[in-house]
Amino acid sequence: MRRPFVTLLCALACGAALAAEPAVRAVQAWARATAPGAPNGGVFMKLENSGRADDKLLRASADVATSVELHMHRMQGGVATMIEVPAIDVPAGKGAELKPGGMHVMLIGLGKPLKEGAKFPLTLHFEKAGVQKVEVSIQGIGAGSAAGDHHGH
Amino acid sequence: MMQKVFLLELLRRARRPEGCYDSRPATSVQTHRQPVLRRTITFAALLLVLCACSPAPEAPPFHATDISGSSFGKRLALTDHNGKRRTLADFRGKIVLLFFGYTQCPDICPTAMARFAQTVKTLGADAERVQVLFVSLDPERDTPEILAKYVPFFHPSFLGLTGTPAETDAVAREFRVFYARRQADGALGYTLDHWAGAYALDGEGRLRLYLAPELSADDVAGDVRRLLKN
Repeated sequence: MRRPFVTLLCALACGAALAAEPAVRAVQAWARATAPGAPNGGVFMKLENSGRADDKLLRASADVATSVELHMHRMQGGVATMIEVPAIDVPAGKGAELKPGGMHVMLIGLGKPLKEGAKFPLTLHFEKAGVQKVEVSIQGIGAGSAAGDHHGH
Repeated sequence: MMQKVFLLELLRRARRPEGCYDSRPATSVQTHRQPVLRRTITFAALLLVLCACSPAPEAPPFHATDISGSSFGKRLALTDHNGKRRTLADFRGKIVLLFFGYTQCPDICPTAMARFAQTVKTLGADAERVQVLFVSLDPERDTPEILAKYVPFFHPSFLGLTGTPAETDAVAREFRVFYARRQADGALGYTLDHWAGAYALDGEGRLRLYLAPELSADDVAGDVRRLLKN
């Protein structure tokens, strides 16, 4: 019973080591559409880390905004607070989830509103996994909330 | 209708504490077995009947928190996104859904506004008797011109309100809305820590409900319908 399990683990480990894919991957990146006049937007995604080492998202950049920051929301006693964070931890095996009400990539100074259905590229800079490009799909303005059109998981 | 009144009366009787929730020692229960049993059966039978004929005769509680009779939140004086001065009196006869936020907010505010848009959609024809107000807590950046672009995007009937910093302070104090500037090192300059709830006021301009951010559009629509009936 034990041996096949150990063999399987070895196989998985070897497979992971040999694979050219980076250990950290951003998936399901999406942004909420923005209203005209709203200069900022939030990008959400899952950061998977299949490697053995913890990683960090250090910064991000995008052409759609003049500035891109990493932010965190906190809700305490009904009061919402948003603060910039220096990095987002992406622990090995666990990864991280950027989602509404929590962490997000903040797009500051949008040239024009983010339109539902469109896409834009976002560049992520990880401490170990290096630079990665990800395509962000723009969802409805009420996406990711109880308000409606839930984004797919 | 008569049948409903009758059922209500029966339900009230069956619910009497000495019937179903008998806490006396076992020996004493023994002697009262008959009525307890009978009431329990009546209650169970009634439940079945009541389940069959919806809606339930007793009004369900609000999804939101009922704050009727509060001593605060009585007045407001601001400028709407068309440049018109507004007070609560302008919205008499309508249920007012009052949200406080700012247009630079990327997550909480658009989510709340999108929820109200969904609420209004759900309400259908009843939405004509509802007014959603977005009160800016960032009067220096949220001019009427900015609000005129931002607020109607969610729904054409929504109104954005802003004022001088002093007027904004006065409204926030009157409605017990916490907000504070948080200096940001980055490109934002500053962000706002702000209360993320909302209020519902009835057709008389009285504060009735506190709407938590977690409530769904359907919850809010249900509560608005109840307020419209009263």
